[in-house]
Amino acid sequence: MASSPITDFFHDFGELCRSMGTFFLRFWRPPYEWRELIRQMDEVGTKSFLLTSVTGFAIGIVLAMQSRGTLVRFGAEAVLPNMLALSVVKEIGPVITSLVLAGRLGAGMAAEIGSMRVTEQIDALEVAALKPFHFLIITRTLACMLMFPILTLWTDAVALGGGYLESYLANGMDYRIFFSTAFESIRFSDIIVDTGKTAVFGFIVGMVSCYLGFNVRGGTREVGQAAMRAVVGSSLLILLTDVIIVRMSLMIFGDVGT
Amino acid sequence: MSETPIIELKDVHKAFGALEVLKGIDYRVGKGISSVIMGGSGSGKSVLIKHIVGLLRPDRGEVWVQGLRVDELEGDKLDNVRLNIGYLFQSGALFDSMSVFENLEFFLERHTPMNASEREERIMESLSWVGLPDKRDRFPAEVSGGQRKRIALARALVLDPEILLYDEPTTGLDPVSVRSVSELIVRLREERGVTSVAITHDLLCAEIIADEVHFLYEGAIMASGTLDEVRNGEAPALREFFGSVEVEG
Repeated sequence: MASSPITDFFHDFGELCRSMGTFFLRFWRPPYEWRELIRQMDEVGTKSFLLTSVTGFAIGIVLAMQSRGTLVRFGAEAVLPNMLALSVVKEIGPVITSLVLAGRLGAGMAAEIGSMRVTEQIDALEVAALKPFHFLIITRTLACMLMFPILTLWTDAVALGGGYLESYLANGMDYRIFFSTAFESIRFSDIIVDTGKTAVFGFIVGMVSCYLGFNVRGGTREVGQAAMRAVVGSSLLILLTDVIIVRMSLMIFGDVGT
Repeated sequence: MSETPIIELKDVHKAFGALEVLKGIDYRVGKGISSVIMGGSGSGKSVLIKHIVGLLRPDRGEVWVQGLRVDELEGDKLDNVRLNIGYLFQSGALFDSMSVFENLEFFLERHTPMNASEREERIMESLSWVGLPDKRDRFPAEVSGGQRKRIALARALVLDPEILLYDEPTTGLDPVSVRSVSELIVRLREERGVTSVAITHDLLCAEIIADEVHFLYEGAIMASGTLDEVRNGEAPALREFFGSVEVEG
C-alpha cells in the first residue's frame, strides 16, 4: 500500500492501540520486574519533584495575582481561596503537571528506548529471553501511572501554598481562613477523580513514549524524531482524554457544588 | 559435514517490502563446527543469522535449531531455544545503564537459580576468560571498542550456551584486537565444544576461526567449502570480493 502521512498516522495509531492491548494482557503476568519498576518510579517521581514544585508554586502565585484584581472589582475577594482550590485541584494542577511531565519524561523515555533499539540492546534482551516489553515498557508505564497522581497532589499542595503566600503578602490573610475557605467547596470525589485521571495521563505518556522509542528504525535522527513525537503525541492525547474524562465525570458526579 | 545438523535452514526466503533479501537459503551446521558466512554488504548475512534466533521469521521456508522448528515457536518455547544460544552483536549491545558486572549478572539472575556468590564466581570466571576481570565495575561507555566486544562475548557465554552466533565479531577493531577476539572464538570451540556461526567480511578473522565457509551473494549461497576452496573459486563475485578484501588487508 502506498505510504502517505495520513495512512502512516492511522497505521501508527493502530499499532499504538495494539501495544496498549498487549500491556493489559501482560502487565499482571510474570516476570515481575520489581527492581526496575522501583528504579523507574525513582526516575519518574523523585527526580521530577523539583520541576513539579516550581510549576505548582508558579501556578498558585500567578493564578492568585491574576484573579485578585477581577474579584476585588466584584467585591468577591473573599472567595479567592475557594476559586484557587477549585481551579488547581480540578483542572490546572492535573493537566499542567501531566503536560510538564510529558515534556520531561516523554522525550527522555523515547530517546532512551530508541537508542537501545538502534544499538541492538533491545534485540539483545530479546535473544536472551529477557522479555523487553516487560522490562522496558511495562515498568515505565506503570511507574508513570503510579507517580503522576502523587506528583499531581504535590503540585496541587504547592500551588495552594503559593496562592496563600500571595494572599498573605497582598492583605495579610490568616492561613486558617485561607485553607478552610479553600477546602470548603472541594468534594472528596473531586480530589479522587481529578487526581486519579492523571494515572490515565501517566499511562498515555508511558505507552506513547515507549511505543515510539521501541519502534525506532534507522539511526540517531529517528531517535530525535521519536523523542519529539513522544512529547507532541502524549501532550495532545492528554488534552483530548481530559475533555472525555471531564465530560464523563460531569455526567457521573454532577457539576461543581451540586 | 556432520549427519545431525544443530542448525538447519531449508529454502528460506525473506523480503522487506519489494526488496528480496534471502532467495532460498539452504544451510546446515553440524555439532561443534565453526561455520563462517562471508559476503559483501547487503548480501543478507545479518538477516540470515537473525532467522536462527527467531529475531526474524521467514516468508517461506523452515528454520530448525536442535531439532525444533524455530520459525513456528513463540513465547516461552522460543525463549527456551534462545537460552541455548549466545549472540554476540556487532556493536556488543551491552546495556548502557548497567556496569559490566551487572550486564552479566542480569542474565544469570533471570535464568539460573544461583545465589549471589555463585553468580559472582561465574561472572568473574567469564570475565577472566576474556582477560578483563578488572573491568567489572566499569560502564560500557568507559571501555574501548575491542574490550566491549570481549565483554559482550563474556556475556554471551555466561549462560554456557551450546551455540554461539557472532554478528561481525571483529568489525571496527584494530588487527591486534581482531586476532585476540578471533582466538577467543577458537578457544570456545576447542575447550567447550561450542557450535558457532559467524558472519564476517574480515579475512583474518575467517582464517583463524573457520572450519567451513559459505559465501552469500545477492541472497543466495554461492559457494561453500574450506576458506581456501571458496577463496580460490572461479566465480567473478568471489574473485571480486576476495580480491578487494586481500588488497584491504
